[in-house]
Amino acid sequence: MLEFRKDLFADERDDNLHVIGKGEQRQDMLGHVTGRTRFFDDHGFDGLLHLKVVRSPHHHARIRSIDVSAAERAPGVKRVIRAQDVPVNRNTLLSLIGFGKDDEPTLAVDKVRYKGEPIVAVIADSEPEAMAAAKLVRVSYDPLPTVFDVQEALKPGAVVVNETYPGNYFEYHDKYDHQKLRFGDVEAAFRTADHVIEERYQMSPIEHASTETNGTIAAPETNDRYVVHSCAQGLFFSLGTTAKILALESNRLHFIGGTVGGGFGGKVDSLTEPLAVLGAILTGRPVRYVLGREEEMQFGSPRGAERHVIKDGVMRDGRIVARQITSYFDAGAYTRLTSYGVVKCVAHMPGPYTIPNVRGDAYCVFTNRVPATAMRGFGVTGVDFSIEVQMDKLAHLVGIDPMEFRILNAYRDGDMKAHRRVAHNTALIECVQVAAQKSNWALSETARRASSLSGGGGPRAAIPPTVTDESGRIGRPETRQAPPQLTPGAAAPLPAYQAPPAVPVHQPPHQPVPPLPNYPSQPAGAAPLPPVPTPPVPAPPAPPQHGAARFSSVFTRRR
Amino acid sequence: MPVNVRIVQGLQEAAEILAADRGARLLGGGTLLVRDINEGVMTEGTLLRALDPVLLAINAGGARIELGAGVTMAMVLANRDLSYLHAPARGIGGPAVRTTATIGGNLFASTPYGDFTTALLALDAVVTLHAGFGGARVMPLEEMLTNRARGGVGLVISVGFNRPAGADAFRFLKVARVRPKGISVLSIAAHLPQNAGRISGARIAYGAMGPTPLRAKAVERVLEGRGLDAATIAAAKTAALEGTQPATDAIASEWYRREVLPVHLGRLLAGETS
Amino acid sequence: MARMPVQFRLNGSDRAVFVEPAETLLGTIRRGLGDFAPKFGCGQGTCGVCTVLVDGEPRLGCLTLSVTCEGRSIETASGLADGPTLHPLQAAFMEHFAAQCGFCTPGMLMAAKALLDRNPDPTRVEVVEAIAGNVCRCTGYEPIINAILAAAQQRGARRA
Ligand SMILES: Cc1cc2nc3c(=O)[nH]c(=O)nc-3n(C[C@H](O)[C@H](O)[C@H](O)COP(=O)(O)OP(=O)(O)OC[C@H]3O[C@@H](n4cnc5c(N)ncnc54)[C@H](O)[C@@H]3O)c2cc1C
Ligand code: FES
Ligand code: FES
Repeated sequence: MLEFRKDLFADERDDNLHVIGKGEQRQDMLGHVTGRTRFFDDHGFDGLLHLKVVRSPHHHARIRSIDVSAAERAPGVKRVIRAQDVPVNRNTLLSLIGFGKDDEPTLAVDKVRYKGEPIVAVIADSEPEAMAAAKLVRVSYDPLPTVFDVQEALKPGAVVVNETYPGNYFEYHDKYDHQKLRFGDVEAAFRTADHVIEERYQMSPIEHASTETNGTIAAPETNDRYVVHSCAQGLFFSLGTTAKILALESNRLHFIGGTVGGGFGGKVDSLTEPLAVLGAILTGRPVRYVLGREEEMQFGSPRGAERHVIKDGVMRDGRIVARQITSYFDAGAYTRLTSYGVVKCVAHMPGPYTIPNVRGDAYCVFTNRVPATAMRGFGVTGVDFSIEVQMDKLAHLVGIDPMEFRILNAYRDGDMKAHRRVAHNTALIECVQVAAQKSNWALSETARRASSLSGGGGPRAAIPPTVTDESGRIGRPETRQAPPQLTPGAAAPLPAYQAPPAVPVHQPPHQPVPPLPNYPSQPAGAAPLPPVPTPPVPAPPAPPQHGAARFSSVFTRRR
Repeated sequence: MPVNVRIVQGLQEAAEILAADRGARLLGGGTLLVRDINEGVMTEGTLLRALDPVLLAINAGGARIELGAGVTMAMVLANRDLSYLHAPARGIGGPAVRTTATIGGNLFASTPYGDFTTALLALDAVVTLHAGFGGARVMPLEEMLTNRARGGVGLVISVGFNRPAGADAFRFLKVARVRPKGISVLSIAAHLPQNAGRISGARIAYGAMGPTPLRAKAVERVLEGRGLDAATIAAAKTAALEGTQPATDAIASEWYRREVLPVHLGRLLAGETS
Repeated sequence: MARMPVQFRLNGSDRAVFVEPAETLLGTIRRGLGDFAPKFGCGQGTCGVCTVLVDGEPRLGCLTLSVTCEGRSIETASGLADGPTLHPLQAAFMEHFAAQCGFCTPGMLMAAKALLDRNPDPTRVEVVEAIAGNVCRCTGYEPIINAILAAAQQRGARRA
């Protein structure tokens, strides 16, 4: 049950609130329980037509020919839509905010890049007739070699999935094949750390499986406009996308929606809107395009697969001194929103901990899988899971209770984050304390008395001299191993790292910590020194302009 | 041509249509057939709805049991004389599936479905098939399932079997990963009549361990004439996988099914609920 | 293909419609008769958002052919309330926050009604069993189970 802790941060909160903290009835609840809430599909139209698409049975193939003549003659068929009927048959969702290149057709043109890619749409009087006619479309293919693994896809000479991005990676800042984060000097810190461990984590794609599948009904309205009942989670995002693909003035589209039968991120891709509206334009009749459950499961965009490799340097007393994270996001065949998920992932590195040396590299990779999209905690869930499992492993390694280990390394108000933003309202320490208390987890006196409000800032607010590099220039995979260069810190040079008031090494109350022979611990100084950076010293970094900030105005909703 | 539906009164007429039209299917409850229509798997052909009340007949009071092919899982559950079949009937879908799903349809449901059929197999059931001009042909269920795998069975009118020997003699276990409703990783049915502490006429059947529900004859041989002690159960577990041919699907891999079958068989025989 | 005539009762009123031979009850109720309370979520029997009552029994509208419903009495969530007075299940769903997006709600209510009509005082396990065929992806099942139990309790209190 929900509990409001009035003792914590009492002076940061106004308790005279009208809604927050009180039970309020949802305004749509009466409609839900009476069955009167209207979802996109709950609208009757005379003369409603039904649209079904023909999908690729191959993961990757060249299309040799498409023959729709039998489908056009099939009973009930009103119209067959082909790629050449789509006015602007190439789009990328985030082009509406100028991010990324148009890379995805609404209907495949000369190549299919994933199994399930739409090729032709058939519109008929009834759903069964549309499905029967879709079976009559003859497409002949030359299958092509495929790539399904992100790291394989990044290798020079890999199969090219999406010709818009011939290296199989999204291009960041018109410069790099990945998104970077650089803070301090991880290599130097690894050399002096008591232990260095590297672990790999990965996560399979996840389907949102909202109870309502994706779908749209579009119908001609008065004055040459079209009314569109849409399942979209971002109604105006979908309106803009549809207007672009159909080359229509956006004021000719009257989108109605916002009542979504579950989305969780799976209804931001405008999977059905453009074709439904195009169908209504071409037939002059209302057109309904709804994904079946199997279509939704197989071809509706999922949360994509992710892989994270985390390398940490930790001291015997439990301080993490360096963290390096390399992340690979499997976008599938087209960008959709993965490029943005990667930016969010980097924004979450290195987790809610104050670590003086951080390096992050995250790739948005194209493979022959179903294009991925947003899902709750987009870009963040996978990396945070990985970081927290890694935290447990580190705690185990140094023999400190995992809760105390987090309190020890938690960021505190006033600390400098790796993104060069000062941490505010951190509260992690208090969260861990409450969690420990609720689960009857014994914490030491020091850990119980720790506070996110004290012990932060000061030297912990400094930006250290930072090693930067030109690794991963677009089109030059060999630069992924580029030599580093030192950039002076924006404030004073890196002061000695100040540990918060020392937490005594945990005396395990539960069970003795077994030795961990499997974690390779690197003896200090074993690695060769990197080449000494040579002048010219690059200019100080431009004022921080992080991608996440640029997008935050567009993506303020939780997905 | 979209799918057509024909409604007929008598079985004779239904059988004639089925024999004449390869695209015709007898409609049981339709939980599998209508799904194929919805998904566009079946886009033409004829569904045949037979209204003959014999399909709904339940004869459950005596020693010989006869159940019409159109009897639903909910009807089985509502019948107290059939309590030994309640576990397999309750294992099929949620309540709204069970009001619709029929015994006849279950005989044709492809793996990993077929939990009720697995129970019938352990009861040594026979199926009564329509054989033209009011005639009927009785065939062991096992033989019918072999024919099914080859295609072409005809119209099933009913299933028949003897009431199991005693309350504890018939056991059924469905292993699913989602509870209370989930598709089978596998299911096991066992009929273990005992005579002075020794098993006589053991029948063990598996669901989802092959292309159709199948008998575990090696296990039956191990059990025959022995008591259900630890040594017997251990021997049964060793023989558990003989003759099985599980598939990999969305529910479980072939490897996993092989791995867990002996464990669950051991528990079922030991009377442990899992 | 010739359309076929079907007559049944829908939420207490007699209705007659022509349907495609293989048309589902869900399709007929929604597009044929304009009652959009039951939803389409899968067409495979796996989600339960199409649950309606046929002669008091829970059935999946998406797997039931309309031609098999000749002469039956069909109930959907649209018929639950008595004018402005909500059915106890509806009131309890509101009270216990048993819906978020609301897409599963009409089916969930009908599965629950089938249970309470037959078993006015169910145990928690029986409630879970009764909604086992109904998927909810947003709310979580706890508030729904609690709402159904509360509705049963409230109806019991009214009878006593
Ligand atoms: C959500 C869901 C969950 C399910 N879970 C399970 C489960 O856990 N276990 C399980 O075993 N099954 C399960 N099923 C599958 C199915 O519901 C059952 O197997 C059911 O018994 C099939 O019966 P039916 O009457 O609906 O078949 P139908 O769809 O009517 O028919 C299936 C096939 O059998 C043929 N047929 C039917 N009756 C006869 C007859 N008398 N003579 C000749 N042919 C006939 C039909 O022509 C058709 O080819 C599930 C289905 C769904 C939708
Ligand atoms: S739509 Fe009928 S069960 Fe999902
Ligand atoms: S409230 Fe959204 S599925 Fe149940």
